[in-house]
Amino acid sequence: MAEQNSGAGLVVGIGGWTVAAVRRTGAATIFMLRVLAASGVSLRRVRLTLREIYFAGTLSLVIIMVSGLFVGMVLGMQGYETLQTYGSEEKLGVLVALSLVRELGPVVAALLFASRAGSAITAEIGLMKATDQLAAMEMMAVDPVARVVAPRFWGAVLSMPLLAALFSSLGILGAYLVGVSLLGVDEGAFWSQMQAAVDVRQDVLNGVVKSIVFGIGIATVATFEGFDAPPTAEGVSRATTRTVVHSSLLILALDLVLTGFMLQIWGH
Amino acid sequence: MNKRALEFWVGVFVLCGFAALLFLALKVGDLNPGGAGESYRVSARFSNIGSLKARAPVRAAGVTVGRVVDVDFDPVRYQATVSMAIAAQYRFPTDTSASILTSGVLGENYVGLDAGGEDSLLADGDTLTITQSAIVLEHVIGQFFYDKAQEGANP
Repeated sequence: MAEQNSGAGLVVGIGGWTVAAVRRTGAATIFMLRVLAASGVSLRRVRLTLREIYFAGTLSLVIIMVSGLFVGMVLGMQGYETLQTYGSEEKLGVLVALSLVRELGPVVAALLFASRAGSAITAEIGLMKATDQLAAMEMMAVDPVARVVAPRFWGAVLSMPLLAALFSSLGILGAYLVGVSLLGVDEGAFWSQMQAAVDVRQDVLNGVVKSIVFGIGIATVATFEGFDAPPTAEGVSRATTRTVVHSSLLILALDLVLTGFMLQIWGH
Repeated sequence: MNKRALEFWVGVFVLCGFAALLFLALKVGDLNPGGAGESYRVSARFSNIGSLKARAPVRAAGVTVGRVVDVDFDPVRYQATVSMAIAAQYRFPTDTSASILTSGVLGENYVGLDAGGEDSLLADGDTLTITQSAIVLEHVIGQFFYDKAQEGANP
């Protein structure tokens, strides 16, 4: 009898978890539509959005650029080790550029952005809620979604593709430093083979599209978790953790779907 | 922080971002023939194309003059149809021949063009009639062993 109970309890637990997950996803989607509907103000009052681009984008510059440089340098070293066993180390540029522009640039930059800026957005909005600032705005007939959430949403969405492009560029420069200056790959071959293999539309533009989609995902998760956080210290801290975990998982899942679509549609 | 400083740093960030995009598009991606700019389409039929794929280079005298746009199978002739986009500034005579070659031993396949001697030039939509298929390594090795066996049979 007890066993039957625990078995049923397990099923109930799974069911409850699924219902909660679906409900939360739906709530986040509706919230995103609400933000989009309320974006008029943040786009008209550009300064609000500029301030958020500063906090989300400009202050992420250093971590994105330094990480990009290091990732590129490591790719250069590892790629060289493997490629030279086949005597084709001049393909190093192709290897590094394609992996960065197609995958690593958008994905790693988005993961860094989620932990650096996404968590900050959640914590800020959550604390504003916990200290009744959002309620005070509503009392003054100011829509907090339009005044607080939408500028942060757009700041994140607009910053993301620029940060991803910077990550990829710095990565390629890092690989160039290691490969050409340190390990002696031929400079002409490094660039020309890269240019022959990288397609502006299929590789560079697809990378930009990916980073825009990731930006929308991170911005939605971060603003939703902040706005939805229980107004307590514990609630805000949990919401911040959830932002990082959920947006990281979302980025990786979206990347799989987008890569599938891009390879299917434009075939290689 | 005052307004001007904030706007300055946002400007720095946006400029860096667009410089990176430009770097990726121009220096890394290199706008090449077939990808952008004026080009004309030419197709050719091969009995075997090896592992030629769309986006493979089309070369004349070693210089890349275009890209393979599409590879398709012709169910009537049982041959492969390769359509190529060639940059408009490179014109070839109508009796130009196309062959499928390999760059290096392990390299990828590309289409090599050898110019003929006709006066009339290829136009958009034309088909190259003189073609040479890819050399399939298995066939070459098979032929080699067959010849060796023949030699052994009648010394």
